[in-house]
Amino acid sequence: MLMSYRFEDVSSVKEDLAKVDYLSDEGTAGVVYLADRLQKPILVEGPAGTGKTELAKSVAKILDARLIRLQCYEGLDEAKALYEWNYKKQLLRIQTERGEDHDWAEVSDDIFSDEFLLTRPLLEAIRAEEPVVLLIDEVDRVEIETEALLLEILSDYQVSIPELGTIVATQIPLVFLTSNNTRELSEALKRRCLYLHIDYPDMEREKEIVLTKVPDITENLADQVARVVRSIRQIELKKAPSVSETLDWAKTLVLLGVEKIDEDTATSTINILLKYQSDIAKAVKELGTADGVTV
Amino acid sequence: MTVTDPPSAQDPVPAELGEPILALLNGFIIELRNAGLPVSLTENLDAMEAVRHVPIGDRDIFKYALAATLVKHSNHWKAFETVFEVYFSLRGQEYVIGDDGELHELDDDQPDEQVGAGDQQGGGGGENLSPEELAEMLFQALMRGDQPMMRGVARQAVKRYAGMEPGRPVGGTYYLYRTLRNLDLDGVLERLLEQRQDDEGEVSEFDQRLQRDEYQSRVDQLQKEIEAEIRRRLVADRGVEAMAKTLRKPLPEDVDFMHASREEMASLRKAIYPLTRKLASRLQRKRRHGRKGPLDFRRTVRASLSYGGVPAEPKFRNPKPHKPEIFVIADISGSVAAFARFTLHLVYAISGQFSKVRSFVFIDGLDEVTPYFEGVEDINEAVHRVNTEADVVWVDGHSDYGHALGVFWERHGKDIGPRTSIMILGDARNNYHASESWIVKQMQEKARQVHWLNPEPRSYWDTGDSIVGEYAQYTDGCFEVRNLRQLEAFVENLA
Repeated sequence: MLMSYRFEDVSSVKEDLAKVDYLSDEGTAGVVYLADRLQKPILVEGPAGTGKTELAKSVAKILDARLIRLQCYEGLDEAKALYEWNYKKQLLRIQTERGEDHDWAEVSDDIFSDEFLLTRPLLEAIRAEEPVVLLIDEVDRVEIETEALLLEILSDYQVSIPELGTIVATQIPLVFLTSNNTRELSEALKRRCLYLHIDYPDMEREKEIVLTKVPDITENLADQVARVVRSIRQIELKKAPSVSETLDWAKTLVLLGVEKIDEDTATSTINILLKYQSDIAKAVKELGTADGVTV
Repeated sequence: MTVTDPPSAQDPVPAELGEPILALLNGFIIELRNAGLPVSLTENLDAMEAVRHVPIGDRDIFKYALAATLVKHSNHWKAFETVFEVYFSLRGQEYVIGDDGELHELDDDQPDEQVGAGDQQGGGGGENLSPEELAEMLFQALMRGDQPMMRGVARQAVKRYAGMEPGRPVGGTYYLYRTLRNLDLDGVLERLLEQRQDDEGEVSEFDQRLQRDEYQSRVDQLQKEIEAEIRRRLVADRGVEAMAKTLRKPLPEDVDFMHASREEMASLRKAIYPLTRKLASRLQRKRRHGRKGPLDFRRTVRASLSYGGVPAEPKFRNPKPHKPEIFVIADISGSVAAFARFTLHLVYAISGQFSKVRSFVFIDGLDEVTPYFEGVEDINEAVHRVNTEADVVWVDGHSDYGHALGVFWERHGKDIGPRTSIMILGDARNNYHASESWIVKQMQEKARQVHWLNPEPRSYWDTGDSIVGEYAQYTDGCFEVRNLRQLEAFVENLA
C-alpha cells in the first residue's frame, strides 16, 4: 500500500479548510490531520447544527475527493450498507443457460461474480480507485447490533463477502462518522475511532463564520449577531441555537437591512434562532433584563 | 496537497520519542485510569502513536492528539483536561512557591484575614505595585479584554493574595478562594458596567445584558488563568502525582446526588433530559419491533388468495401499543433534599416523554403535584411551586413514610391499575414511625410494577431508622441510585 499523507501539518489543514469556507479550530484540524496520519476513522459528536457533516464535506472538497455518504437509519442492514447480490440478474442468467448444457457448479461460480454484485456505500468506498471520503452519517440511529457491520471496515478497511472472499481497500479512505449522541455507541466502535467533540463555537469564531458564510454582512453586524447568540446560549433552553440557525438569522437581518440589533429587532426575529415557543418566551424575557442569568 | 515524502523527512519530531516523554505519558494514562476514564490498551498505543506525528512543542495540538485517542466521551473531557494540565503544565523556577512575596507571609505567620492587607507591604518584593495599582491593572485588562495583561494580573494576584505555602497538602480551592476574595471580581464587574454607561450614556437593558455577558466571559477567563496559575505552582511544589491525586474528582456519571455541589448539580440536570429521551426511544423501539400480535384471520385469508387459497403467508395483528402509566412518589424531606431536587427534575423530564405521568411528593403528609408540572415551561418555577405550595407537612415535617403512604392509598389507591408502574423515591428513614408496609404490598398486587429508588449507599440500608428492607420485600426491585450511572442502569432495565 502506498504510504502517502494527505496533509503536511496541522496548520495546513486549518488553512485549507478555511479556503473552502470551513472555519475550524485547532482541535478539529488536529484530529483531521491525525486521522490521516494514523489511518483511523474520526467519530464526530456534538449538538445538532454545529457542522459535523459539513466537516466531512469540506475535507472531501479540499482533497478533491469523492464524498460517499451512508445515511444511517433504524433498520439499516447489510444489503443497504455493504453489498447485495443482484438476484434478478442472477435469475436471468440461470434461465438463459437452462437450455444449454452447463453443469451447476459452473453456473453458480458464474452468478456469484463481480458482475452480479451491487455495491453499497461502504463497499464502494473500499473499492474506489480515486480518492474518496466516506461519511457515515448519524451512526447513533442504527441499532447497536448493526454497528457490528461497520467494525471490519473501520479497523481493517476491508469487506468480507463469503462467496467472493475479502476485498481489501485499494487506498485508505478518510472516514467520518457523525453522531448526535441519542444513545451510547458501543465501546468496540469507539475504540476504533479518533474522537472529536464539536461544540458551539466561541464568540470570535462564530463571528468569523458569520462573516465568511453570509455575503454582504458588515463586520459590525456580525459581531452583534455573535454576541446576542452567545447570550442566548447561556440561557437554559430546550434547544440552543445552532450555527446554521445563527447563519439564517444573520441572513435575515441583512435582508431586513438592519444595522444595529436592538431589543425589538431581536425579539421580532428570534423565531429564526429558536424553535420552541417556550424557549422563545424565555429568551425574550431574559434578554430584556439587564441583570443577566437569574439561575 | 498530497504529501508523499516519508514521514521522517519533515516530521518535526524524531520517530522515536524520548524516554522521559514516554514515562510521563505512561504516568498520565495511569492517572486517567485512576480518574475513572476507561482507557483501553489499544487507545493507549494509539496515543503513543499519535504524539509521534505532532510537534511536541505545540502544547494545544499535543493535547488534542491525546484527547482524540484517549477520551471517547464528551463528559470525560473535563477530567481529562484537569489531568492534562497537571501532567503537562508549564514548569520552571518562576513557579516555585516562596521565591519572593510569599516568604514574607510565611515569616509573618499572620492569620488569614490579615494576609491580604499585611501582604501589601510584604509583597512589594514581587513588583512594585500597590494593591490599588494592581486593581486598576485588572480593571483595564478586563475593560480591553487584553489577554497577556490578564495573564500578568492573574500571576501577580496569585503571588500576592493566595498565600501559598510550600508542602501544604491542599487542592488549591482554598488558594483560589483567597485570591478571588481579594480581587472582588463582582465589584469589578459592576464598575466595568458603570464605566461603560458613563461612556455611552443611557443604553437599553438589552444592550446592558449583552455587555454584562461580554464582561462576564472575560472575568471567567481571568478566573481560569488564576486557577491555572495556582495549579502550576502547586505542581511545581508537590509533584505531579500527588497533585493529580488531590484534584481527582468523580466523573459526572459517578457524582453522588446527595453530595453534589451546585455546579455538579447543574451539569447533572443537563444530563437528565437526554436520559429520558433515551428511555422514551428505547420504549418506542420495543413497541415497534417487539413480538407480533395474535393471528389476524381475515387478512390471512385475503392474502392466501394470491397463493391459490393456501395460507402461505400468515398475517398478524399489530400489537397494542403499550402505554405505560407512571406514578412517581418522591420523598422531599430534608434528609434527601439534594436528591429530591434532582428527582423533581427527573419527574419533569419523564412527564415530558410519557403521556400519563402522575407525581406525588411527601414528607409526613402527601400531595399530588402533577398539575405543577403540566404545561410549565420553566422547571425551576415548577420546583419552586412544589417546594412552597405542596401540602406535604402533616404534623412536624419529619419524614413519616407510613402516614404518607396511608394518605396515598386512601386518596389515589383506586387509580392504580394493571398498567401502572410505580416509582417510589426515598431513603425510607422513617423516624421510627409505623412502616405500614402492607400498603406497598397492596400496591404491588394492583400495579404492573413497583420500584423503589434509594439514594443512600446500600451499606446504610436498614441501619438506624432506615426501614427500606421492610418495603423492599414487596417491590419488584429496590435499587441504589446514587449517581447518573446507576440511574441509567435502572432506566435501561426498566425499558
